[in-house]
Amino acid sequence: MAEVLVLVDHVDGAVRKPTLELLTLARRIGDPVAVALGAGAESTAGVLGEHGAVKVLASDAPEFADYLVVPKVDALQAAFEAVSPAAVLVVSSAEGKEIAARLALRIGSGIITDATDLEAGDEGPVATQAVFAASYTTRSRVSRGVPVITVKPNSAPVEPAAAAGAVETLAVSFGEGATGTKVVSRTPRESTGRPELTEAAIVVSGGRGVNGAENFPLIEALADSLGAAVGASRAAVDAGWYPHTSQVGQTGKSVSPQLYIASGISGAIQHRAGMQTSKTIVAINKDAEAPIFELVDYGVVGDLFTVVPQLTEEINTRKG
Amino acid sequence: MSLRIVVCVKYVPDATGDRRFADDLTLDREDVDGLLSELDEYAVEQALQIADEADDAEITVVTVGPEDAKDALRKALSMGADKAVHVEDDDLHGTDVMGTSLVLAKAVEKTGYDLVICGMASTDGVMGVLPALLAERLGVPQVTLLSEVAVNGGVVTGRRDGDTATEQLQASLPAVVSVTDQSGEARYPSFKGIMAAKKKPVESLDLEDLELDADEVGLAGAWTAVDSATERPARTAGTIVKDEGEGGKQLAEFLAGQKFI
Repeated sequence: MAEVLVLVDHVDGAVRKPTLELLTLARRIGDPVAVALGAGAESTAGVLGEHGAVKVLASDAPEFADYLVVPKVDALQAAFEAVSPAAVLVVSSAEGKEIAARLALRIGSGIITDATDLEAGDEGPVATQAVFAASYTTRSRVSRGVPVITVKPNSAPVEPAAAAGAVETLAVSFGEGATGTKVVSRTPRESTGRPELTEAAIVVSGGRGVNGAENFPLIEALADSLGAAVGASRAAVDAGWYPHTSQVGQTGKSVSPQLYIASGISGAIQHRAGMQTSKTIVAINKDAEAPIFELVDYGVVGDLFTVVPQLTEEINTRKG
Repeated sequence: MSLRIVVCVKYVPDATGDRRFADDLTLDREDVDGLLSELDEYAVEQALQIADEADDAEITVVTVGPEDAKDALRKALSMGADKAVHVEDDDLHGTDVMGTSLVLAKAVEKTGYDLVICGMASTDGVMGVLPALLAERLGVPQVTLLSEVAVNGGVVTGRRDGDTATEQLQASLPAVVSVTDQSGEARYPSFKGIMAAKKKPVESLDLEDLELDADEVGLAGAWTAVDSATERPARTAGTIVKDEGEGGKQLAEFLAGQKFI
């Protein structure tokens, strides 16, 4: 069976969930061969093997942390040349897309980004994408070279599938361009204790209607009652009420959770682009005419300052 | 020596309009108004600020696109860019990101550059990979997705806010930079700026000028193929209740029914 390269997204050996989703999709096309780079690369092998990786090509070198993107492109290219895979899959993070694009150019292949599904086809893997603010669904193929495809988080279930997960050391020689952009310092984001926005099963977002940073704890309390991630609309982020890393929308994160709760968000196209593919959508807004209500499965026209605390309290009561 | 800044911009369909596919599954440009991609305004703004800080700088704004794409160049010129390059050729119809990066790389090289600045993504394709591809093609450092950027003494520095960490980056010029919508609000063109833009030079280039062959670009030269595009069915109308004091509880009841609680 053909092999499929999967670039592992991990932090010091802790594999992030979207990589396990990639393994599910990779198994539809062939045998997944994982590529793990940087500190802790080898310790990813256990969990990757449990999810179908037949091999884990691991490489650790200071360059992966000290320079931007290019060292990882060099390594992925080395893995590509060693394996001759049928496809290369990468998580659709900002960095993942940049690595994938540069690899695709080097190996003379087309690239598809932000796929939401992937299946085997007669002419190679077929990727599903949501485009134009998710108003269209397209099915696309890479028509030249070995397909390089980036896949959005939450696009496939995590499925256990035992495989060898045998660690092999990947030999990488870095090119001249690898040290072009130095990472002078890196400050890890403080953990909120909540799920990652793009990976969360439930997202609770606040917008202009939240009316101030001092009111966001209301949104956070609702999120915590559901074990959800917290998001914010661009209006709330631009006003400085919540960090940009939590922005949902065209210029922020695009999320596709099981449940999306929009509080005080009107639902402008810029926001809809980032959440329209959520399975169940709920909104609370005092304006009955807000466009967000066109999307909802359930909507409450009312003041979020009374509805949200009541909802939080009711959830906490029901959970006992 | 003068700092040569090239800003790459895209002419896109208005995201608030009704964006559609044409019969050949390329973007339908007929039935929707176009404009300078909002995210590229941030690139123009940062170019203007960097030029202000430099002793001597010249900003060239470059686009690849149809006749109407001149509107995007005109907007950037009215914000304060000095001159423009418009790559236009019928054979470019349907070009994918690989082809676009090739054409832009040629145009940027022909123009001459110390610093290339792009937006973080276009508002139509939203791939966000063009700056990285441009850096790969030009063989210069990629300093992308910056929320803050500065140029001093031939070195570009900036802050990149990633998913797991915030990074401070540094590279020597020449380099390719992309900036996010957090980099600073873009200025509105002044009346004076709009009038001045009418007199600024816009150079037109075609594929031959860039020594490119038609089969390297266009729909036929694309390395990807769209097999189908289906309009997403409208979501079925949901239940909407007016809060009469029990709205939160009603919502909890709905969530419990859906097994979220």
